[in-house]
Amino acid sequence: MNIYVIMKRTFDTEEKIDIKDGVVVDDGAEYIINPYDEYAIEEAIQKRDEFGGEVTVVTVGDEDAEKELRTALAMGADKAVLINSEDLDETDQYTTSVILAKYFEDKEYDLILAGNVSVDKSTGQVGPRLAELLGINCVTTITKLDIDGENVTIERDVEGDVETVETKLPVLVTAQQGLNEPRYPSLPGIMKAKKKPLEEIDLDDLDLDEEDVEAKTETIERYLPPEKQAGKILEGEIPDQVKELVELLRSEAKVI
Amino acid sequence: MAKKVLVLGEARSGELRNVTFEAIAAAKDISNGGEVVGALLGDNVTELGNELITYGADRVVVANNDKLKDYTPDGYSQAFMQVIEKENPDAIVMGHTSIGKDLSPKIAAKLEAGVISDAIAVEADGDDVVFVRPIYSGKAFEKQRLKEGTLIATIRPNNIKALEKDESRSGDVSELDVEIKDLRTIVKEIVRKTTTGVDLSEANIIVAGGRGVKSAEGFETLQELADVLGAAVGASRGACDAGYCDYSLQIGQTGKVVTPDLYIACGISGAIQHLAGMSNSKVIVAINKDPEANIFNVADYGIVGDLFEVVPLLTEEFKKIL
Ligand SMILES: Cc1cc2nc3c(=O)[nH]c(=O)nc-3n(C[C@H](O)[C@H](O)[C@H](O)COP(=O)(O)OP(=O)(O)OC[C@H]3O[C@@H](n4cnc5c(N)ncnc54)[C@H](O)[C@@H]3O)c2cc1C
Repeated sequence: MNIYVIMKRTFDTEEKIDIKDGVVVDDGAEYIINPYDEYAIEEAIQKRDEFGGEVTVVTVGDEDAEKELRTALAMGADKAVLINSEDLDETDQYTTSVILAKYFEDKEYDLILAGNVSVDKSTGQVGPRLAELLGINCVTTITKLDIDGENVTIERDVEGDVETVETKLPVLVTAQQGLNEPRYPSLPGIMKAKKKPLEEIDLDDLDLDEEDVEAKTETIERYLPPEKQAGKILEGEIPDQVKELVELLRSEAKVI
Repeated sequence: MAKKVLVLGEARSGELRNVTFEAIAAAKDISNGGEVVGALLGDNVTELGNELITYGADRVVVANNDKLKDYTPDGYSQAFMQVIEKENPDAIVMGHTSIGKDLSPKIAAKLEAGVISDAIAVEADGDDVVFVRPIYSGKAFEKQRLKEGTLIATIRPNNIKALEKDESRSGDVSELDVEIKDLRTIVKEIVRKTTTGVDLSEANIIVAGGRGVKSAEGFETLQELADVLGAAVGASRGACDAGYCDYSLQIGQTGKVVTPDLYIACGISGAIQHLAGMSNSKVIVAINKDPEANIFNVADYGIVGDLFEVVPLLTEEFKKIL
């Protein structure tokens, strides 16, 4: 089975966000594989182990993303591809999906996996947009994936309810929490990853010009929420505190 | 320039969702005095059309088809594209719901359009429309606008105020015949897991529990408080990982991002990933036995104590006044 994962590197979820001159400061920030993409990679590896074939992890980004691609290889993916988009000024989900669609144009794939959302920009657009551009089936926020020949049975999270859907390969799915337990790269895995193929290509290689992928949206400002003032810690006997809290919520905060 | 804005209405259990009315309000701002057209897709939803009008839509297009009973990506995108082709709108607004999240990128790809997703506010100054959206799950915000083409926006439930319902408004509700070809993805079954009627992302009050709640039974204590308040129950990842509750309840950077009027955190330490999902709530109450817990740094009111003592007392106290 030809399996692909589209992956994004994101800030570590432990990172505080700092903004200077309208830009998110990334000096010294730790990066990770977007947590939802980790589920996608894990599922890809499990499906390959079940059905045979190959897992290729693809990212659109800059050279620093090699680190996360190596991590994916260390988890067990077979190949990695970095589509270098460093030269582009402003990109959005239109940009990324058009680049990926062009990359997949001459590829053969049965299954493409992605995270259902990234923990930085949180748009959830790229996976489904790509599926649409490729003209293949797409199922989002999946928590279970069963493949039997051509037939695919999926459980997906719909705002807390579980929906069971049936579709056919080739399909693009986006991973939701609960799909699996992503493995940590093992030491031998890390050693092997160093020798696995990591291909780097750029827009020229894909026959794309900057104009072809120009963003449809622009970000004009970024800012932090107002600092929260430390609040009131109540004192006294617990039953009295509870009474006071209810009163405060009613008359001071006016939320009850 | 006055714009035509199409709003995709969404019904659940036969009733329109609030986010649809909020989307109409957003559409009004975007339209700059133009027309707001509601769209409804389903198997028999014409009678809901008029309610869209009372909330501010100028007219409504309804597509009824047996194949639109449940949401399917193919069915909805085929039907909605036929509505779009007929109406040729300048902008399209939908809720940032399961359906909106699934459908908007598909429609966007077909129209080669930009999407501004998960907007929490619309700032319109004539033709210049700017959207505010959270990034890093609420750790920061960005303002975005469209550069060119059709605008597609999804709005986060519970953030943009719906217009006052006005029963005296009237407008045309018309049906459009849509043709739906093969469905490549079909829904076999839907298992409702959400216990209370209150949806986490739309709740005004949330009672959330963490690892401190200690068990699934512990969550029943929280549920009792939630029932009295008409609130939804949420959880930290700690509680979900420990199996006390379902992942669908998780709030935080890898869960739901919520902004209720009141958030009551019980036995939650306040890890940065959890705070990302709830720190923009209007009022936060923390109940934790550890006075050093980080959650107290974002709480408006805190009680240092055992949640198994505090929560039942709270429930009793609220019962007296509600
Ligand atoms: C990639 C990644 C993503 C993550 N995403 C999320 C996310 O989306 N959401 C999320 O919540 N976490 C997330 N986390 C996990 C996060 O880092 C914390 O581990 C988690 O939030 C801790 O949950 P907790 O506060 O319930 O548990 P703990 O940190 O164990 O805190 C339990 C608290 O309960 C208190 N307590 C215990 N008993 C009682 C009692 N009887 N009465 C009152 N208080 C009591 C304790 O004092 C303590 O403060 C993520 C982590 C990673 C690495």
